[in-house]
Amino acid sequence: MHIISFPNEEVEKGDYLTIEDLKTGKGLIVQVIDIQYADIPGILEELLRNHNDGSYIEGEDVDPFEVATHIAYIQDARLLICKIRATNNNGELVPTSSWLPSRSRAIIKTLPIERLLAQTEIDGNYQINLGETTEKKQLLVDLRALDGSLNIITGKKGTGKSHISKLLTLSLISHGAPVVILDLNGEYAGLGQNVDGKPNEFREKIHVLTPGKNLKVTLGQLKLRVMLNVLVNALSLPGTSAREFKRIWRFLEEKDVLTMHELGEAIRNWKCNQHVRDALLSRYHTLLNSGLLTDNPAQATSLTNSLHKARVGGAVVINLRDTSTINRLIVVEYVLGKLVELLTDWKLRAIFLFAEEAHLYLRETYWIDIVTRMRHFGVFTTFITNQPDTIRENIYRQADNLFLFNFTNGHDLETVSRASKVDAETVKAVARDLPPHHCLVLGRVVNDFPIVVKVRKLDVRAMGQTRLFFSKQNCSINPFSKL
Amino acid sequence: MVNAQLPITTTPKYNFPPQKEDLQFPQQFIELSVRSMKKWVDNQPFFAGNTTTQRFAREEPKCFLPSTRLVKLKPNHTKTPIVAIDVSSIKLGETETGLLLAVRGAIVWKQADRYRYLRLGPFPFHITEKNKNDIHNFGENRQTAHIQRYISPNILHMQLRLTTLFERWIQATINQTTHGNLILWDGSLTAGTPETPVHNMERLLKESRDNQNTILAFSKMTRLLLYGHRLTDLAWKYPPPCLLKIQGYPEYGGPMRSMGNIYVARLTGGCCSFRLDVDKQLSHTQAIEAVQRLLGNDLILQSYPETLRLAHIFSTFTATEVLGIQRCVARENNIRILRRPNIRRILFGRFGKGPEG
Repeated sequence: MHIISFPNEEVEKGDYLTIEDLKTGKGLIVQVIDIQYADIPGILEELLRNHNDGSYIEGEDVDPFEVATHIAYIQDARLLICKIRATNNNGELVPTSSWLPSRSRAIIKTLPIERLLAQTEIDGNYQINLGETTEKKQLLVDLRALDGSLNIITGKKGTGKSHISKLLTLSLISHGAPVVILDLNGEYAGLGQNVDGKPNEFREKIHVLTPGKNLKVTLGQLKLRVMLNVLVNALSLPGTSAREFKRIWRFLEEKDVLTMHELGEAIRNWKCNQHVRDALLSRYHTLLNSGLLTDNPAQATSLTNSLHKARVGGAVVINLRDTSTINRLIVVEYVLGKLVELLTDWKLRAIFLFAEEAHLYLRETYWIDIVTRMRHFGVFTTFITNQPDTIRENIYRQADNLFLFNFTNGHDLETVSRASKVDAETVKAVARDLPPHHCLVLGRVVNDFPIVVKVRKLDVRAMGQTRLFFSKQNCSINPFSKL
Repeated sequence: MVNAQLPITTTPKYNFPPQKEDLQFPQQFIELSVRSMKKWVDNQPFFAGNTTTQRFAREEPKCFLPSTRLVKLKPNHTKTPIVAIDVSSIKLGETETGLLLAVRGAIVWKQADRYRYLRLGPFPFHITEKNKNDIHNFGENRQTAHIQRYISPNILHMQLRLTTLFERWIQATINQTTHGNLILWDGSLTAGTPETPVHNMERLLKESRDNQNTILAFSKMTRLLLYGHRLTDLAWKYPPPCLLKIQGYPEYGGPMRSMGNIYVARLTGGCCSFRLDVDKQLSHTQAIEAVQRLLGNDLILQSYPETLRLAHIFSTFTATEVLGIQRCVARENNIRILRRPNIRRILFGRFGKGPEG
């Protein structure tokens, strides 16, 4: 739908308008997705005639009726490209556009986001403030919209993805939800501190686990199923070798000597094909060198305990920052396996999983597993990425909420536009011009009305920032002074 | 004791591009416009639709058998200011009682390498049967008029009448405020029409001569035929720059008279040539010198002087301006713009071509 707008009417991309047809008592709710100059007849002639740099021709006008202001008004007319979002049928919003208002009689007004979302039932207990709308009003959304949902946060580098991810994390924690964060860049370790480094209200609720340091497990904690997942999926152990490993594991379990040391010895002395032994030994050494496994129960960390603490509102941050690729795979296999185990046994009710750049540590088959099977177990995932094409199309289609930041690359926009929660045109037109820290929120969280929000600031310590050479301090020092 | 008074006189303003304050713009013209709009009954709708007037040189489409004389031209670079005048009008729409139109004039000066313009208007007018005489008699006290002696024209012809009235006033003002200039007009020097009586044109030409100005009137369109050919087609075979003087053409019948000598001007290469009228009272040599000065002082493209081209461009109404004026009129008079049903479309459907209404 195209609507003409004049210079005195302030409308921005993302704003909502109502087109009220008083005769029928209905109204159409449309969203401005793009703003262009109206194709006014004769505009080219006007521009050509009035283009004057002062070097060729100059002059003045005697315009006693001040017609020029009216002409300028017409010249600056804009065309609002709008998408129909719903029909207001006597106060009831119906997401259809099977009806059109009268062109001549309809009254067009801006529709404040507050009024738009007024019909959404937000329980005050679960209300969170995402930031400011284009009307400088708070965008209050219902946190329950994240419950049971698959969410995607995407946008190009430096636009504020991690920021909204942290905002959602802290909101979930403060509302008593357990969160697990697969933290690739060590950005979430500072969630328990204010910007100035002082502990904040979340300090006791943020449990940062670094593999090889404070995240170590014994084989007994690991369980055979999780171990086999690690070996097969993370370390590509062939099926035959996996079967032999199973036998060795059971043998050690029966003898009650399930330690890494005994495992190594057993593999070395196990009567089996030499190739199988070699395969098992190589994986054994990889596991040994990962630093994740320990035979000392005192050194072992109980992920179960950490998750148990987070059960009433807290986050377990798995810091993968200084972890090698193979170790990342092992750790993630372990964490996800453990989560499923705890959820299956109803030791956890549900968990919100935040996965940054998941393609770097999540095996291919896990994507679908997380989105479909693990969702039923109660793992509600939020993927965060600046490479939207690393997420499969079917995941976009199943996403319940999409937090979309700026993208200028056409290919990226094309990929994101596959999300089922919005039409491709809206994504391409709005996301292209989003300023930093502005996010187009789509899906359940905004009652399926796409809304642009400036994400509010957080008083938490930002970690994982890119280290710069030309920092302020560095610039003031002459690098050659000590040479 | 008597102090001797030195004979100091102020520097004449001649040849300086006049300022808008110097033009003594007729307040009556603005008032006439305001009055015409005020008498409009509030909330009276008007039907949008616009047409510009296409002015031909005022002449009878006669075929005559005169002779032609080729004059080869050489640009004369003696510094000479050039002034061009053009006026446009446009019908903005119709009301139940009359017509709504707008008129605007443009004056463009060329001096040294720079152009300067002054645009007058647009002035909206609501012409009705009731007020057409007011508009018609507007020129009574103005030096350019004597129109009131004629019967008020049909309301449909008032657009041309008003345009010419305004144009003649600008031309008279320029004649009086400039000296030694080449003054370019759009159209011919034909007089004897209700808009331009003969003595009116005579006065304009005399004032021009008195101030050492030379009027060169360029007609883009002519209906005059020579040997069965359109007059302007005759010059194509001659190398530019040249003039083709048309000699011995018969006088118009009735009150119409041509006050100028008629030439066909082919000033540059290209496909265009124009009818050029030069004051009859000027000698052939003066006329040729004037055109040669034009060649030496102005940019000529497609045989048409740039100054006059700019005057035309600055006076012409664009579609955006029409919308802007319609909006101005609608807001100032609290009226709604309606579109009159297209009768042709109603009757003939997709086959209903031609003008609206």
